[in-house]
Amino acid sequence: MEKVYARTKTIQDDKVSGFCPGCMHSTVIKLIGEVLEEMNLVEKASCVLGIGCCGLHMDYIAYDNITAPHGRACAVATGIKRSNPESLVFTYQGDGDFASIGLAESISAANRGENITVIFINNGIYGMTGGQMAPTTLIGMKASTAPKGRIAEEHGYPMHMCEILNQLTAPAYLERTSCNTPQNVMKTKKAIQKAFQNQLDGKGFSMVEIVTSCPTNWGLEPLDALTYIEEKMLPEFPLGVIRDK
Amino acid sequence: MARVFMKGCEAIAEAAVRAGCRFFAGYPITPQNEIPEYFARRLPEVGGVFVQGESEVASINMVYGAASAGTRSMTSSSSPGVALKSEGISYCASARIPMVYANISRGGPGVGSIQPAQMDYFQATKASGNGGFRMRVYAPSTVQEAVDMTYNAFDYADQDRNPVLILADGVIGTMMEPVVLPEMKSDEEVAAIKESKKSWACIGHKLDYANRAWIQPGQWSTAVQQECNETARDLYASWIPEVEEYQLEDAEIVIAAYGISARISKSVVDLLRKEGIKVGLIRPMTVYPFPYAAFDHIDYGKCKAVLDVEMSIPAQFVEDVAVAVKERCPIETCLCSGGNIMSRDAVIAAVKKINEK
Repeated sequence: MEKVYARTKTIQDDKVSGFCPGCMHSTVIKLIGEVLEEMNLVEKASCVLGIGCCGLHMDYIAYDNITAPHGRACAVATGIKRSNPESLVFTYQGDGDFASIGLAESISAANRGENITVIFINNGIYGMTGGQMAPTTLIGMKASTAPKGRIAEEHGYPMHMCEILNQLTAPAYLERTSCNTPQNVMKTKKAIQKAFQNQLDGKGFSMVEIVTSCPTNWGLEPLDALTYIEEKMLPEFPLGVIRDK
Repeated sequence: MARVFMKGCEAIAEAAVRAGCRFFAGYPITPQNEIPEYFARRLPEVGGVFVQGESEVASINMVYGAASAGTRSMTSSSSPGVALKSEGISYCASARIPMVYANISRGGPGVGSIQPAQMDYFQATKASGNGGFRMRVYAPSTVQEAVDMTYNAFDYADQDRNPVLILADGVIGTMMEPVVLPEMKSDEEVAAIKESKKSWACIGHKLDYANRAWIQPGQWSTAVQQECNETARDLYASWIPEVEEYQLEDAEIVIAAYGISARISKSVVDLLRKEGIKVGLIRPMTVYPFPYAAFDHIDYGKCKAVLDVEMSIPAQFVEDVAVAVKERCPIETCLCSGGNIMSRDAVIAAVKKINEK
C-alpha cells in the first residue's frame, strides 16, 4: 500500500511529549515540523522556546532549539537572527510568555520589524503553573488566581495581540488561526508556511496567533474544550488575517 | 605599537571589537553610555551588529541569543542595570554560553548615584544571578588594564563556555588615558572562531536528533542537573587568580584594594615608603577567583594590620580579605561610598593611624 501520510521526522519517535490529552501544542508542533520539512528548512531552523508548556517539547523535536528566559524569546531571537541571518529563527511562546511578562520584548521586536517569526499560542490561561489568569483570559473565565472569574473592573480585559501589533508600522504579517477543526488546522499550517516564507523573503516580523484549548486548566473534557473555543474564545479572538503586506 | 588617548568606556569597546566581538546589545545608563555609543559607530564598520535593546533585560537576552549562534558578543551596563541583567547572565552560565559583559559600577543600593563606586562586589563575585554560578571577574585599575582584560575575556569566555565580567567603576569608565590597543583579529580569525562553535550553535543542523543544537539553561532530570552543577564546580575550581603583590616583602602595613581604589593605594605606598613607612599592597586583578594565597605572603611577624580600602559602605571586599588573613593580624578599613571617589589623603591618614599604634 502506498504511504500517503507519515509522522514528521522532526518529532523523535522514542520521546514523550508531556502534553495533556486534548492539548493543541502537539498539533501545532506537528504542523511546524511538517512545514519545516516540506520547505526544506530543518537545517536552518533555530527555535526559541518560551517558558511554560510552550517549552515542553524541547526534548522531542529533532531541530535546534534554545530556551529563553520567561518572556524574552523575541529578544533572544533578535540576537540569533541578527548575528546569523541565514538561520530561520522562530519563537514558540504562550500567552503568559508573549503577552504578559514579555510584552516589552514582543512589541519592541515587532516594532523593529525583526525578520523573525512568532508562533503565539493563545489558550487564555497559564498551563504549566496550574491555571492562573493570563492577559488573554476571557471575562468571566475562572482561573486559580481569579477564582470568581475574570472581572473587568479588577483585572482589565483580554488582550488582543494581533490587533495591538497592528498599530505598529513595521510588522509584515499578523494572522490569527485556531486548531479546533480540521479546516482550521489546515489554515494554521498555511499561515505558518506563509510566515516562514516571509522570513526567507526578508519581509520582517510575522506572527501567527493560534487560539487553542487547555482542557486540563479549563476544567473541560477535550471535546467540550473545542466547543468552548467555538462559542467563547473565537467571538473574543476572531480568526483571520489582520495584516499582510 | 602606537599609543592612543582614549576614554575607558571607548577603549573597552575597541578592545572587544579587536578581540572579535561582532554583536553588542545594550541600554543607556550612566556612566557607561560611551560603550554602546562606541559600538553603534564601530560595529557596522567591521560587519558587526549593534542593537539598542528596549531594556537591560532585552539586551542581555539578545546577547544570549547572538552568543548562542556562535558570535562573540558583549553587553554592558552600570549597577542597577546589571541587576536587571542578572537572570539572563544566569541563563548564559547555566546553558554554557560564552559572552562578556562590563559593569561600569556606580553608587548604590537602589538607583544610588551616577558617580563611581565599588558597591557591586557581592553581586559580581558571589551572586550575579540566581543559582550559585560563578564567573571570572576582572577588576582593572587602569584603562590599559581594562583594554587588556576585555581583550582576553573573550578567549576565557570561549575556553570555559561561561560568561566573563569586567568589573570596572565610573572612574575607569570615564577617565581618559593613553593606551596601547591590542592587535585587531582578522576577518578570517573572527570567522574561524564562529566556525569552531558551529556544532553547538543554535543556527540549524542536519535533521538528526542526536546532532541538533540544544541550548539548555536547565535540565528536566535532577540527576543531570546535579552533574551539570558538578561540572561547573570543577570548572570554577580550575581557574587561577591573578594578583599584583607590591612592596610586600618587608611590609608592616598591607593595603588590600582592587580597581581604582588599588590604583590610589599604590600611589600611597610609593609616597609613604619615601617617608620610611613600610607599606605594601595586595591588588586582586581577578576578584573571582579571589587570590587568597597572596595573603600568605605577608610576614605576619612584622605586619601591624591589613588595611582594606574600598569605595563601599558597608565594606564588602573586606569579607574576602578576612577569609584570606585568617585572623593572623587585625584588619582596618578605609571606606567611602555614595559616589565619592577614594581620596589619597584618606588612605594616607588611615595608614599613619595604624603606624602610630
